[in-house]
Amino acid sequence: MSDVSVSNSLAVSRAGFTATPLKGGRRFALQGRKDTLEGAAKAFGLSEAPGMLASAAAGDCTLLRLAPQELFIITGDAGLPEAVTTYLGTVPNSLVEVSERQIGWTLEGEKLRDTLAALSPLDMRERSFPVGMVTRTLFGKADGMVWRTGMDTFHLEVWRSFGPYMSSMMDAAALDAAW
Amino acid sequence: MLLIRCPYCGERAEVEFSNGGEAHIDRPRDPMSLTDEEWAQYLYMRDNPKGLIAERWRHAHGCNRFFNAIRDTRTDRFVVTYEIGQPRPEVTPEQAAEAAR
Ligand SMILES: [Zn+2]
Repeated sequence: MSDVSVSNSLAVSRAGFTATPLKGGRRFALQGRKDTLEGAAKAFGLSEAPGMLASAAAGDCTLLRLAPQELFIITGDAGLPEAVTTYLGTVPNSLVEVSERQIGWTLEGEKLRDTLAALSPLDMRERSFPVGMVTRTLFGKADGMVWRTGMDTFHLEVWRSFGPYMSSMMDAAALDAAW
Repeated sequence: MLLIRCPYCGERAEVEFSNGGEAHIDRPRDPMSLTDEEWAQYLYMRDNPKGLIAERWRHAHGCNRFFNAIRDTRTDRFVVTYEIGQPRPEVTPEQAAEAAR
């Protein structure tokens, strides 16, 4: 996610809700069989890959289990650790860097819950969407990924071309939530 | 809102899914030994029941996996969803009655 192309105009700020564009870091989509994903997690220094719809942190990297066969990996600007790329060179897999494809926001504010409820039919309350849970889903017409990073913060990413659409969707949802 | 239970993600809104046509249609092992009629049967002919049908579905805006489902075509109620590769599950008369309701 290169800084130059993350426009501040995509920020959303309403009473009780802010969406702050994410800057920096890189993104990788890793697809493979279960053993491959487990092996990759070990190369990250984890004991096992995160379970379905769960996440795990390893240094400045985060592994997000979006599907049985898929890990979405968020890294720092340095990218994947060498141990991981070395391991992935030894097993069949599909590893694609998608840094330039993604655009994301940190969501917070006391109207966060109501704003999310206006964006998605998913129940994103703590009991069914605990901290650390992640999933792909639809926001209006935009395919995106939502990850709960804390009790009161979410991380949302969509494909870059959906950026302005998603931003205006959030703005409208935040207005509704504040009503 | 119609909910569909993805075997991997749980219950999700129907808009996250796409239909993949009838399930349990095996490709003939030796296509060269088939008549044109038999090959056309495999390629094009599908059941169109008024009632229970086994279909492939894909969680297109989720985990992206294909899975199978039994659905009542009259009511759109899903009886069960199951992983690809598993045999078509038996549907009890109670389940069928519930799906037709
Ligand atoms: Zn799924």
